Amino acid sequence: MTMAQKGRWLVVTGLVLLGGVYVRALAFTPVERFQGPAQKIFYVHVPAAVTTELAVILLGLAGVFYLFLKDPRLDRFAESSAEVGTVFASIVLTTGPIWGKPIWGTWWTWDARLTSTLFLFFLLVGYQVLRGAVPDGSLRARYSAVLGICAVVLVGFIHLSVYLFPTLHPQPIVLKPSKPSLPGEMLLTLLLSFGVFLLLYVGFVMQRYAIATRRAESFHG
Amino acid sequence: MLWAEGLRHAFNQGRVVALDDVSFNLAAGQTLAIFGPNGAGKTTLLKVLAGLIRPQAGSARVAGGRRAIGWIGHQSQLYGHLSVRENLLFWASLYGVPRAERGARATDVLARLGMTDRAEQPVWSLSRGLVQRAAIAKALIHEPRVLLLDEPFTGLDLGAAAELRALLAALRGAGRALVLATHNVDEGAELATDVAFQLRGRFVQYAPRAGRGSAEIAEAYRRAVAGTNG
Amino acid sequence: MGELLRQTWTIARKDLLLEFRSRTAIVSAVVFTALVLTVFNFGRDPTAVSALDLAPSILWVTFTFAAMLGLNRAFQLELENQALEGLLISPLDRRSLYWGKLLANLAFVAVVEAVGLPLFVLFFNVPVGRVLLPLLAVMALATLGFVAVGTLFSAMVVRTRFAELMLPVLLLPFLLLPLTYAVQATARLLADRPLSEVAGWLRLLAAYDIVFFAVASWLFPYTVDE
Repeated sequence: MTMAQKGRWLVVTGLVLLGGVYVRALAFTPVERFQGPAQKIFYVHVPAAVTTELAVILLGLAGVFYLFLKDPRLDRFAESSAEVGTVFASIVLTTGPIWGKPIWGTWWTWDARLTSTLFLFFLLVGYQVLRGAVPDGSLRARYSAVLGICAVVLVGFIHLSVYLFPTLHPQPIVLKPSKPSLPGEMLLTLLLSFGVFLLLYVGFVMQRYAIATRRAESFHG
Repeated sequence: MLWAEGLRHAFNQGRVVALDDVSFNLAAGQTLAIFGPNGAGKTTLLKVLAGLIRPQAGSARVAGGRRAIGWIGHQSQLYGHLSVRENLLFWASLYGVPRAERGARATDVLARLGMTDRAEQPVWSLSRGLVQRAAIAKALIHEPRVLLLDEPFTGLDLGAAAELRALLAALRGAGRALVLATHNVDEGAELATDVAFQLRGRFVQYAPRAGRGSAEIAEAYRRAVAGTNG
Repeated sequence: MGELLRQTWTIARKDLLLEFRSRTAIVSAVVFTALVLTVFNFGRDPTAVSALDLAPSILWVTFTFAAMLGLNRAFQLELENQALEGLLISPLDRRSLYWGKLLANLAFVAVVEAVGLPLFVLFFNVPVGRVLLPLLAVMALATLGFVAVGTLFSAMVVRTRFAELMLPVLLLPFLLLPLTYAVQATARLLADRPLSEVAGWLRLLAAYDIVFFAVASWLFPYTVDE
């Protein structure tokens, strides 16, 4: 089985499991007391956000290793991770407002977490714009690595400023379901969803990586 | 003074071969002329020698390192809004020429190139030929022992090209080694002590000049190019 | 270290001399700043929003765009006659190149801000006299952050297509954070809040500067080598 095929199977499995998670979320997980059914979207929203973050962190790590090892496979992985990360960031940015409208009464608010996802989205889009603007392969890989590393540092900084100086940052307006206060049933559904999203991420990246490899090979032949 | 061993380099993930097993060495007083069509990898070779590109395989070494290299290309590497003299002082400082010596060095180099009366003019106001002379002054300011010349004749009219050849002839010897890369055999053959034809990254011929005349070298080059293409 | 600093200064002095000789970039940046401040004045309803409420945002949005203009120019001028290649062939240490460019860019943006701040005070009638020193500290720290990242990115974008457009797209997400800190600090200063309320933001700005200066010094060589 080629990597692309493996990736496709992972994605198909992931999607089926996602369906399962949602059946569980809708039918077998209690409705949240304050937010009502709107809270169900969190089983997509939160795992997607975490996966986006993971995608960016791996992007930066791949960058660091690329600068030392100069292995084009690392660059291909970074490219794939960035694209998949953008998709997940879009999911976060769409599901966030859908939830926010009934709960916060507004589509968008400059809440710290929402804003930091927007940052991730901009960073990932900028990363791909840069890739599109550098024709030479090795230069593109090097520039991408530099930008990826900077992006991770920035993301770290955003978190640092949210957590180290919490009083300085705009507070969430309405209660947020934070993990410790989550009832066991909900937590389990959320964790299952995490697993599924991780599977989807791996599956998508494998397929995208296979495309990148084929592109690089078509240069040779 | 200059060693290259098994240099290989390719661009675009191996699609464009710029250096294919290039080896040579050059002693003081020698001038290697590298002839080849555009895209044969001449500039890449010079950039490898200058330490600007790290080759994917093989190694190159210049006695004395970066400080010993002077570069003359078809681009002057001078700042248009600075005067010739200011440019020279800037580059002298970068190359670590002691502050006290910089002024005298600049004056001396400008005199050797007959540019004393142009010293205070901004570079943008100079003609192509004068800019090229200023570029040579820039390349000589730190008294390099190895000169790398990349298509130095491009854009010069016949008179200016002849003048440049005379200048380069004067620079040979005195413990200096020159590497001259050009696509035009007629422009460089008479300066050479060693001759190489570079085609698709490879030195297809590399030999001492051994008394060959310019016309003979030009003829051999044409045959070599025709041979690779056909 | 001595040699590194000497080369840094050589690069910075050359850039400043070039800027002084041509003057087009600095004059455009100053005029641009004045224009943006004017535009902001017409872009608000003075009966609805008081100048003081908007002032910190106006100041920092203006400075951000002005900084961007200067940064775009930084490596553009090295492309003339392929001077950049000459720099890379020379014994110049890559870090000195970055630091020298950084210094020159700082000077450039500082001049723009030195003209922009009085204009801002004049146009929006914001009294800054009492808080001038802390305000200058905020400006210095935020500008250093802008320029530290911006100099790194401007070295990359000069070798890309659509360089002028590329820089803002890459750089703005990175400037938003120091911009936020600076706006918050400025707002508290202008509202006469105690300095202790500003200190946290200043610390964040300083941390941003240190981290990105270090990261950029490490990464810069990778952006200029071929």
